[in-house]
Amino acid sequence: MYDAGKIIVGIVIFLGAVAFPFWYNAGKAATPTPPKLEVGTTEKQCVESTAYMKSSHMQLLDQWRDEVVRNGKRLYVSSTGKTYEMSLQNTCTKCHSKKEQFCDRCHNYVDAAPKCWDCHVPPPEKKQTARSTN
Amino acid sequence: MNAWTSLFASLIAVIALVLVALFGVGAIGLDTLFGVVIPYIAIAVFVVGIIYRILEWAKVPVPFRIPTTCGQGKSLPWIKADNLESPYNTWGVIGRMALEVFLFRSLFRNTKAELREGPNVTYGSAKWLWLGGIAFHYAFLTIVLRHIRFFVEPIPSFVELLSSVDGFFQLLVPTVFLTDIALLAAATFLFLRRVFLPQLRYISLAADFFPLLLILGIAISGVLMRNVWKVDLLMVKQLAVGLFTLHPTVPAGISSIFYVHLFLVCVLLVYFPFSKLMHAGGVFLSPTRNTANVNRMERYVNPWNYPVKVHSYAEYEDDFREKMKEAGIPVDKE
Repeated sequence: MYDAGKIIVGIVIFLGAVAFPFWYNAGKAATPTPPKLEVGTTEKQCVESTAYMKSSHMQLLDQWRDEVVRNGKRLYVSSTGKTYEMSLQNTCTKCHSKKEQFCDRCHNYVDAAPKCWDCHVPPPEKKQTARSTN
Repeated sequence: MNAWTSLFASLIAVIALVLVALFGVGAIGLDTLFGVVIPYIAIAVFVVGIIYRILEWAKVPVPFRIPTTCGQGKSLPWIKADNLESPYNTWGVIGRMALEVFLFRSLFRNTKAELREGPNVTYGSAKWLWLGGIAFHYAFLTIVLRHIRFFVEPIPSFVELLSSVDGFFQLLVPTVFLTDIALLAAATFLFLRRVFLPQLRYISLAADFFPLLLILGIAISGVLMRNVWKVDLLMVKQLAVGLFTLHPTVPAGISSIFYVHLFLVCVLLVYFPFSKLMHAGGVFLSPTRNTANVNRMERYVNPWNYPVKVHSYAEYEDDFREKMKEAGIPVDKE
């Protein structure tokens, strides 16, 4: 092999870059367990099915925003036929009252940055911590 | 193979790969095979294959310095030398290589010869290939780096910064990433270039069409998964982190589009070391780029020179001294 020194340095850099997720995870002792969520309600059923809400809630919220802000419609009829008021603060966060333990945990886990709280007031966190200590 | 045959063979190959993943996960339920076994094999083949190719190249001796120069070489002190275009020391070589690797300088030089009016050939600059190439490569790099958010926990801040810059315009929900559009546009351009320009079509092989179509397939499946057929990201990240912490878990119920995306990426990884995609490593090992133009200043010894057996005149005289003396031939040593 010619220029062995340079070749080996190059290969080591390549290996270091490719193995980044391996050594970074090993250093942080990461586990594949996703975060546990606390909903903050006894309600069993969200507006739509859980699987749909998990993957597509952002699209539903976007659709709600357009309906309310642009079309002035405030009522949403779900696929099960129930009617809900399209409102983040009055409908969603009534059940999902723990932003930090519910919204943020997943969003931080997959680095999804929602724009909800740019305008909306998140449910107060102080009360939550007081309630959770009970 | 005819260019059209190559094109359709590549297209059919990519479609077949998509169907394999759809069928394997959707119909037979081989989640573990497609989610754990194939990705591990793909990473191993990718790493070992690339190192193997590099070592094979490193075994080949370079008999001469053969830089392709395009600037004034160093000669007399009052002639201004161009160290980047005709490097005369290591810094020149490093600078030239950096321009090539980061800015694709040799593509930027691309010219087009045309017969416009009359018998004279006109040469004009042609930057579209450079533009498509650089947009494609940087978009791809950004996308790969952005994917680190699924691979590690906690997510490094540079990845979060990259994602927020990439989604700066906050178009639609979920935000459309600018690099997704750039990659799709650039890869489509590079593909159509080969299809519609007759000269390029003539020299295009299946090995040219297949990687482009494969990467387009990866990009399209990725965009579909993000913006149309949504998947549960929590489970996706669980699977990815499981792979990278060597505790593979396969959460049940990830939709098939994710496995299509993952399988195409695995195919790309396996294909990489044995294809033209190895230009990623090859650019560093190109003697026309990585040697300095100093043939007249420094002696370059061909590494495959072996010690030549010589028989000097002194030895010859030792062998035949007596006979030479008898014949009256003068000798150096008595």
